[in-house]
Amino acid sequence: MARIAGVDIPREKHVEISLTYIYGIGRTVAKRALAICKIAPNRKVSALTEDEVNRLREVVERQFIVEGDLRRIVRQNIQRLIDIGCYRGQRHRRGLPMRGQRTRTNARTRRGPKKTVGSRKKATAKK
Amino acid sequence: MSRSVKKGPFVDARLLARIELLTRNNEKRVLKTWSRDSTIFPQMVGHTIGVHDGRRHVPIFVSENMVGHKLGEFAPTRHFRGHTKTERSSR
Repeated sequence: MARIAGVDIPREKHVEISLTYIYGIGRTVAKRALAICKIAPNRKVSALTEDEVNRLREVVERQFIVEGDLRRIVRQNIQRLIDIGCYRGQRHRRGLPMRGQRTRTNARTRRGPKKTVGSRKKATAKK
Repeated sequence: MSRSVKKGPFVDARLLARIELLTRNNEKRVLKTWSRDSTIFPQMVGHTIGVHDGRRHVPIFVSENMVGHKLGEFAPTRHFRGHTKTERSSR
């Protein structure tokens, strides 16, 4: 059981991959952290010594912004956009894409699952 | 592609000059402009700028957080007022 930066317990995988289970750590940062700790990236987490895990924990938690802190920073950045009322802030508020993508179709990542809006025509509503 | 750092941020020179004039005279009034592509400079903080949205000048009070954005970001050019209502309860 290796516990780094809070609740993350990846095991039975190469450390390089395991570290990416932490929010804010991808392959690049994982490699960098391992280089600082002088640990080979292809070693299994289970094969690491207690000391190595501690060193890794130290580096990841001190030198990189991960998990809660990172989430908070991201949230603050978005909140700032919303507060100053700029275009991107408006788009965040409405849950629409902010980089000029089309919204006539697609944009499902931002808008979530489809909700059909019935447009009953006047002629059919009449008898 | 983003703008070359060498050039520095773009701002309409005339707009900046007008802002500085206002600051020097300690005046506070809405400064109308069409220059939506101008970057908001620290000098503009505290002033109200009327940014043209194609129809009218939207008064924007510039706060510290806005520095670095463009004026146009605060004056939307499209106003979506909802889709046309379909008649539902017609006989």
